[in-house]
Amino acid sequence: MTLQTRSESGFAVWWRRLRMQKVLMYLVLTLIALIVILPLLWMLSTSLKPKSEWFLPQVYWIPRTFTLDNYENILNNPSLPIVRWFMNSLFVSTVFTVLVLIIDSAAGYAYARMEFPGRRFLFGFLLATLFLPGIMFLVPNFLTVSTLGLLNSYAGVIVPGLAGVFGVFFMRQFFESIPRELEEAAYIDGANRVQTFFYVALPLSKPAMATLGIITFLASWNDFLWPLLILKDRALLTLPPGLRTLQGAYTSEYGQMMAGAVITSIPVLILYILLQRYIVESVQTAGLKG
Amino acid sequence: MTDVASSEAAVTVTEKTRRFRFDWVPYLFILPHLIFFAIFAGFPLILGLVISFFEYDILRPEANRFVGLKNYSNLFTRGTVEFPVFWNALGNTAEFVLMSVPFLIIIPLFLALLLNTNLTGKNLFRAIYFAPWVLSSAVVGLLGFWIFQSQGGLMNYYLRDLGMMTPRWLSSMPYAWYSILIVTVWWTSGFNMIIILAALQNIPNELYEAASIDGANWWQRFLYVTIPMLRPVLVFIVIITIIASFNLFAQPLFMTGGGPAQSGGGGSTEPIMLRIYNEGFVRNRMGSSAAMSFVVALIMMVVSYFNFRIFRTRE
Repeated sequence: MTLQTRSESGFAVWWRRLRMQKVLMYLVLTLIALIVILPLLWMLSTSLKPKSEWFLPQVYWIPRTFTLDNYENILNNPSLPIVRWFMNSLFVSTVFTVLVLIIDSAAGYAYARMEFPGRRFLFGFLLATLFLPGIMFLVPNFLTVSTLGLLNSYAGVIVPGLAGVFGVFFMRQFFESIPRELEEAAYIDGANRVQTFFYVALPLSKPAMATLGIITFLASWNDFLWPLLILKDRALLTLPPGLRTLQGAYTSEYGQMMAGAVITSIPVLILYILLQRYIVESVQTAGLKG
Repeated sequence: MTDVASSEAAVTVTEKTRRFRFDWVPYLFILPHLIFFAIFAGFPLILGLVISFFEYDILRPEANRFVGLKNYSNLFTRGTVEFPVFWNALGNTAEFVLMSVPFLIIIPLFLALLLNTNLTGKNLFRAIYFAPWVLSSAVVGLLGFWIFQSQGGLMNYYLRDLGMMTPRWLSSMPYAWYSILIVTVWWTSGFNMIIILAALQNIPNELYEAASIDGANWWQRFLYVTIPMLRPVLVFIVIITIIASFNLFAQPLFMTGGGPAQSGGGGSTEPIMLRIYNEGFVRNRMGSSAAMSFVVALIMMVVSYFNFRIFRTRE
């Protein structure tokens, strides 16, 4: 597109203008990138500063004295078992993700490839709930979880989310996009539908499963409101509601709060840095389909 | 192509001959999901409605009683406890939606246009702009709580350096809203940006070339090629952003606690989600909370429907 800005005033002028434009572009892009990154650096920086440096009259991005006191403080506080919260988060998110992948790929496959009475009606019903605001489910699902005796348990956090229809919808879309020939070849070889699903369709769906898995894990790791409602016992908290407890316990101990925020964010940020392109594209495809 | 069509036909024929026996295999595949769906997505629609007709306190089950439409009428009758706080929170939410959605469309659109070039390193910038979105709302709220503190907060350091006024962001109006707005824009712009960016990259280059040949400058190309081609995605983004802003919860909870308090009851930055949460899980009035959430859900659905209609008829 920049090529079209070429004027009659000659190659040199055009070249210089192009380079100026590029420099300007990078300047703007970098400035925005700084605005985006600085709050995260401030979080990290505060978490590594001693209390005496939190309220200095000047900004010090790099702590004058590095300290891990804030981390030690919250890691050794028995009333705020943040290591336990970390493990809880890891457990809940992993189990949830695995269950979603199993349940939703099976259901998605049936809705994509199998003919059965009620299929259209059921799938239409699932789709319709996508348009219902999540808030309607808050009170009744809390009561159901309570009736089932799952309040204050990991299961109470995990199980209601398995009703989600996004994964089913996503996997169905994927299975519909793969050519039927491979499955038909399996049928000709004498495989039944269960075998065909496990040995033909599932291996083909690795990229889709990875996409769904990453998005599900991120959403589960970051979920705040539902575990806040369900988990009352401090030892059972996941990290996001744990941060709320942390905020309440350390009224103005910002170093400790930021240390907690860093511990909560590190796994997702590492995951993001490693799989950056993949995550962005996952969210893009999921977003456009959803 | 004909192969696919004929084999598809063959499959449906075999499927049809099978239909004489009850075929349980498909149900085996959908059943795990369907059970959870029935319990936690279908049943709650009924349970929620039933609960909304009761005075319902989970801690004192002996006091639960049927009150008919009272939980609803309380929301529409002046002088009840619920009336001012409910409409205050709903008004706050509407205000936040109106404030945030334009920023959450225009800034991401601008970022996406910036990145829709052949510059080397654009993927790095894309990754950086999107990064805040992978954080939990709890982290974002806590970080906002620190950055907007009047004492030691990053925002006021730089405002003071620039010689500008340094408001008490989190405890005075309208700054409490501004801080929540800024934090939310920082957190979620990247998400809208990458969706718009994907749509931009799908616009065929020939359209731009044709426009250029017709003598269109970059602004005209933007107005007459980019925007019309983006319309479907922009409609989608507007709708999901309105819904997301409606669901505002963690940022005010962490940053302002819903305050500063108002003389008429309720907090100045208390959104409707926080009100419903407080009603059901702090005041333990679940019937009333369920009634509120049904009214709000209805409003959200009506708003989404009209959005869809308005934007579609313009096409």
